[in-house]
Amino acid sequence: MLDKVLFYFFAGIAVASAALMVTRRNVVHGAIFLITALLATAGIFLQLRAEFLFIVQIILYVGGIMVLFVFVIMLVNLDVALQQIQFARQKWVALLVSLALSAQVALMFWSSGKMPGQGLPVLTAAAAERLPPNSETVAHSLFESYLLPFEIASVLLLVAMIGAVVMAKKKDVTP
Amino acid sequence: MMNAFLQATIDFLKLYWAPLLCGLAIVAILPLVVGYIVLVERKIMADMQARLGPMRVGPHGLLQPIADAVKLLIKEDIIPENADKLVFWLAPVLSVGAGLLSLAGLAIGPAFQIAQDINIGILFVVGISALGIFGIVLGGWASNSHYSLMGALRSSAQLVSYETAAGMALVSALLFTGSLNIKSIVEAQSKEGIWFVLLAPVAFFTYLVASIAETNRAPFDLPEAESELVAGYMTEFSGFRWSLYFLAEYTNMIVVASVATTLFLGGWLRPFASVPWLNFLDFLPALLMVAVGAYCVVRVPKQPTRVQQMFMVAVASLCVVVALVLAAPVVLPIIKPSLRAAVAPFYAGIHGGFWFIFKVSLYIYFFMWLRFTIPRYRFDQLMRLGWHFLIPLSIINVLLVGVALIAGSYFDLHGWGLLLVTTPAAVLALVAALLILGAEKQRDARQNQPAASDFYAG
Repeated sequence: MLDKVLFYFFAGIAVASAALMVTRRNVVHGAIFLITALLATAGIFLQLRAEFLFIVQIILYVGGIMVLFVFVIMLVNLDVALQQIQFARQKWVALLVSLALSAQVALMFWSSGKMPGQGLPVLTAAAAERLPPNSETVAHSLFESYLLPFEIASVLLLVAMIGAVVMAKKKDVTP
Repeated sequence: MMNAFLQATIDFLKLYWAPLLCGLAIVAILPLVVGYIVLVERKIMADMQARLGPMRVGPHGLLQPIADAVKLLIKEDIIPENADKLVFWLAPVLSVGAGLLSLAGLAIGPAFQIAQDINIGILFVVGISALGIFGIVLGGWASNSHYSLMGALRSSAQLVSYETAAGMALVSALLFTGSLNIKSIVEAQSKEGIWFVLLAPVAFFTYLVASIAETNRAPFDLPEAESELVAGYMTEFSGFRWSLYFLAEYTNMIVVASVATTLFLGGWLRPFASVPWLNFLDFLPALLMVAVGAYCVVRVPKQPTRVQQMFMVAVASLCVVVALVLAAPVVLPIIKPSLRAAVAPFYAGIHGGFWFIFKVSLYIYFFMWLRFTIPRYRFDQLMRLGWHFLIPLSIINVLLVGVALIAGSYFDLHGWGLLLVTTPAAVLALVAALLILGAEKQRDARQNQPAASDFYAG
């Protein structure tokens, strides 16, 4: 019962603030609603007993990326930005893509209702005390089962990081 | 439906009444504690500047925090006309909320922890307390004032830069425990019989500097540098909202001090807890309280009014009561050995709490000491210190500590023996630090010009 209440609480906040994020004209308000949406998602992670994902979501997305977002928003001249056209004119493409996506999701729900065990997996909750500690589980899967993909991803990120530094450095070449 | 909901609520309360009560207690007590930390800070400042500090309200200004709180509460609440009202209202609350929430993960003693045994313990505390930055940034933006915006920008740049160094310092200490759980971290130090500050001194230093920068304390208090920015992000805030920011700042100090205490200074452990012949240290807390009480009694004749004399006596007797509580679990087993088992949990709780709070106070005292000793940095100096010195140093240190640990397990070293491998690692890190500094100096000499200051440098 409590689980359901909490889930709908977090999910409702996430969906509502995601919608508000897109529709607000004020960029800072948009950023605040994006933060709320991310926090609500973190709450759902916590409810799934994925503690590590919960805190990584908060530290990385909310505490890291969103701080940089807000930082950049404040450096941008908002008065000028407000006078410019804020939305790309891609209404029809956007409509098509979102319709296709929702059709896909609907199909998945429909098929899983029709043939149980085929579409969405039917999961049973494990007892709390039998769950392995979350951060250890994540570490094992990252560094044992999926070591190579993990390393490849980190090399990719490193390349992106070095690229960003090089591009930022180009401007002021010291004599 | 309604019944089910009620049943769920009752079940919830049955399970979680203790943490809820503790949380409520913390929210109620913390403002008072912060008020007294401010008083202590003013007294220390006065001492270092050879003056008396607040003396009027109560003996030695002991009631000053309460007077200050009343003043702040009844002050006029001003919201600038062009401010973004909702965000202006939300920002200080965000700052305080993040600080208070992160307190929930801390363990003050082996038994006293609100969120018991979370798997991600230390990450929870660090991650949630970092959210307080949004209060500062959004408050600065919502005030619609240039000083505020500058302060907000500075503080977010500062926090993002130093968070990396602090995180790396935490990693070097966590390598020794292999767990993020706060209890396991302290238990690992008790098992090894040595605090991690000795095993990872460079990491402790990095965390110390980074934590000062993260809490916006002097000498890194650029976001609220009064000579440049009036009061930085707090410029437009007044009365109760301003005091909320103040509360958040001191709560953050307590949080970083507690994290450092837990990770590096042995949490609630007594110094040398594993050395039996130093067990007489158990009497130290009680003796300390008795000494404070005796000092209060000595000072009684010096008080100017009758009321103040009585107040001093009251403080002295309070000290004696605390001393009795601290002494009871140590003295009782000596008188009657059969009581040892019954008294053990009280001993762990009371003395654990004493040592934890003692270490946190020392850490905060060090913050204040620095504040009144070192002049404020310039913003570009601060950024350079973070990016060019602390971050490389902390990354190198993580590598060195890792290598030292592998060597330690190869030679099968434990406890104090680990020093054999970690000391060379610390020395190597120091050499690396000197090399980094030398390279910086050379670069400056080559450029032969003062560092270019960017536009938000004041």
